[in-house]
Amino acid sequence: MDTLNPNEPTTSGNNTSRRTFLKGGGLLLGFALIGGTTGSVFAASAAQVTEEEVKAPFAPNGFIRIDPEGTVTLVMPMVEMGQGTYTSLAMLLAEELEVDLDQVQVQHAPPNDALYANSILHIQSTGLSSSVRAFWTPLRQAGAVGRTLLIDAAAKEWGVEPATCKAAHGVVTDASGSKHLSYGELAEAASKLPVPAADSVKLKDPKDFTLIGKPAKRLDAPMKVDGRAVYGIDTKLPGMKIAAIAISPAFGGKVKAVDEKAALAVKGVHQVVKIDEAVAVVADHLGAAKKGLEAAAIEWDDGPHATVNSADIIKELGEKSKQPGAVARNEGDAEKALGTAAQRIDAIYQVPFLAHATMEPMNCTVHMQKDSCDIWVGTQVPTLTQMVIASVTGFPKEAIRIHNHLLGGGFGRRLEPDGTVLAVKIAKQVDGPVKVVWSREEDIQHDMYRPYYYDRLSAGLDADGKPVAWTHRIAGSSIFARYIPQAFVNGLDPDAVEGAAEPPYALPNIHVDYVQVEPPGVPTAFWRGVGPTHNIFVVESFIDELAHAAKQDPVAYRKALLANNPRALAVLTLAAEKAGWGASMPAGQGRGVSVAFIFGSYVAQVADVEVGADGAVKVNRIVCGLDCGMSVNPDTIEAQIEGGSIFGLTAVLHGAITIKDGRVEQSNFDNYLPMRIDEVPVIETHLVKSPEAPGGIGEVPTSIVSAAVTNAIFAATGKRIRTLPVDPEMLKSST
Amino acid sequence: MLFHIFVRCQLQPFPPAPATLEEAMAYNLKINGTAHSVDVDDDTPLLWVIRDVLGMTGTKFGCGAALCGACTVHIDGVATRSCVTTVDSIGDSAITTIEAIGETPQGAALQKAWLDLEVVQCGYCQSGQLMSAAALLTETPKPTDEDINSAMSGNVCRCGTYQRIRAAIKQAAEA
Repeated sequence: MDTLNPNEPTTSGNNTSRRTFLKGGGLLLGFALIGGTTGSVFAASAAQVTEEEVKAPFAPNGFIRIDPEGTVTLVMPMVEMGQGTYTSLAMLLAEELEVDLDQVQVQHAPPNDALYANSILHIQSTGLSSSVRAFWTPLRQAGAVGRTLLIDAAAKEWGVEPATCKAAHGVVTDASGSKHLSYGELAEAASKLPVPAADSVKLKDPKDFTLIGKPAKRLDAPMKVDGRAVYGIDTKLPGMKIAAIAISPAFGGKVKAVDEKAALAVKGVHQVVKIDEAVAVVADHLGAAKKGLEAAAIEWDDGPHATVNSADIIKELGEKSKQPGAVARNEGDAEKALGTAAQRIDAIYQVPFLAHATMEPMNCTVHMQKDSCDIWVGTQVPTLTQMVIASVTGFPKEAIRIHNHLLGGGFGRRLEPDGTVLAVKIAKQVDGPVKVVWSREEDIQHDMYRPYYYDRLSAGLDADGKPVAWTHRIAGSSIFARYIPQAFVNGLDPDAVEGAAEPPYALPNIHVDYVQVEPPGVPTAFWRGVGPTHNIFVVESFIDELAHAAKQDPVAYRKALLANNPRALAVLTLAAEKAGWGASMPAGQGRGVSVAFIFGSYVAQVADVEVGADGAVKVNRIVCGLDCGMSVNPDTIEAQIEGGSIFGLTAVLHGAITIKDGRVEQSNFDNYLPMRIDEVPVIETHLVKSPEAPGGIGEVPTSIVSAAVTNAIFAATGKRIRTLPVDPEMLKSST
Repeated sequence: MLFHIFVRCQLQPFPPAPATLEEAMAYNLKINGTAHSVDVDDDTPLLWVIRDVLGMTGTKFGCGAALCGACTVHIDGVATRSCVTTVDSIGDSAITTIEAIGETPQGAALQKAWLDLEVVQCGYCQSGQLMSAAALLTETPKPTDEDINSAMSGNVCRCGTYQRIRAAIKQAAEA
């Protein structure tokens, strides 16, 4: 085993423990913390992320492991997919445990809802920008429980009152300051003390925070700049084979014929596996597997959806959205108010299907055994995956061992266990472990897509231009109906209307409803920003339309409607001021704004765009005002604003998955375009200092950026973008 | 996009392919200063040799078509997309991967800048980003924004770390 790579997977039942690794690898680093007097030793690891389950005597809860050698392991209930959660969540624990971040390593949690369920999602799931929000209190309590026990153990050893002792930097010190015991030295004794209830321990006053709120270095960064980081796709096991896969190009199609002989003739190919909907070629390496797959010249039966196309899907949405839907909100009498308004505005908005296109293509390694199954994968939902695979294999869920990994991007794609299910079906026919890796083409053409939504809106303005009526009907696929059916009640999908049902503005006479329309054969799923990514675009564009109809400045118009929403007003004011709102722009340029309360955070963005005579849109600058409550790691928040905005900009400017003949037309980064470095704007983040509990962040910028950009395009050209992505043809100068 | 100027993309093998399996031979590759002998078909992309045959997983698979740059390695110092570079096209050229780029002054300066500015998010594309950036700095020690656009626009980052990548390249160039 490569000693520099503690994450290298081992076969099941042969796990090298962290302690063995540290001893054997010789990576124990000595820290003489207090004038060299303690002799205490802390093990800081060269790689601060480990997937091995760490055993240690001091394990007072699911999150803390301290062994006598001083290795402090923090078990991360949520998974790291770039959002910085392994650092932020470690900070919450370390703050109360009184250890420094460079004294800890973090470990991917095994699947266990009892220990690691997210209190917002009620399952061990990393999504909805909820990690810090959900674990803000539980992890600080868990850290405080650990600290309390370690202090108690030291006090007992010294025969003094615990209250006279202090803990800092992983060392307990007595009142005189002359006696010290490190956490490693206390681990055994502390493990024998009764564990206090989590809600009985005292948490720090925020003014005493030493970690929370101060920029911290990401724990996963060093291993990501020199190739050491291990993602699911990097799984290596003795005897492992590697498989390439082809799934029926048409949704719901099946394999008709395969030239197995030709595939097997390719050097390095061992086996051709057929399942209903796919063919896998199993080989020594992916190069041979791909070549074998090509040689297999698969013929398909396209199945029942072979004639499905985007135009028909959109037509059906247009028709069905004429009928009333499940009511998400109804206050006053919107229809009546529309009838008596001084001015009426109607609009239809549409947003396309989108693929996630994580940089790490879908992959999963499975070792099927007689009565159990090991799975190496990067997943946002380890317990859900375990449950689904238990049902696919017929094994009890304890027999399904999920080894989670760093995710090479999630964006909602890895909330779905479909790739693992497929890999397990293939592995059932393979002797020994097999890694199934999707090509980029398979990844894009067999994603589960952000639904195509079709929205109808109407508003009535009074003589002063103030809105007196607002109706918004959303039509599209329901992800909840499939994914969380118990929360899909009376035909209402809470996600589909999120951000639309409760706009931040004072809107008397409001009616918002939802019509479920499922695109035949096209699987739909959550996509970064979920409901708000679609709804904030629509709501913030339509509010802009109202401001224009009222002949008012878009910022001033919004401010007047936010009088009773001080936090929203504050971020809008901040973003507008920092962006220089109100200054005149050169011809062809425009400035647009959007504001929202989403994922527990208040956010406003101002975008500066430039539209060329050829209709090409260049976004020059994004200024973000943000109140996400108390910051845990401020640098991560800025990084998320930058990256999340770009994720949204990619969708606004380029993103569209279209369907023809029952299959996805896009296939790789040459026709499903990601934003590249030569296109990105300058992105600035301005934080409002707040004492409130933290809000979410990862999906906030993705949701807010679209309308800021399209409103800026309107300011530059007078052309309103109501369908995404932006069509440059529509913006060409008429001259 | 100008990135293809800086990237060698070899879709076709140079020497004629052996007519039969019996004629196939092992290829000797020099990777990070170490010689490796691999017995694969001549048209096998270098990426799979590095990742699957030799088990060096720092180099990533992203698209398989030289569209995303995740698989970038250096061949004789030139940033090269290993997913479309066949093993028979390499000869005795020196291959450098992310695992060894820190041994070059440009690579070390870039890794430090990447950490100083907290560039990474999911990190999956960053091996390729660093390899492209290291080739850029070797060729152009003080790159302009335009130079950075040209050299780096072949590398996709879905997390959107581009602003920090640009800043880190500039910082490393000043180091």
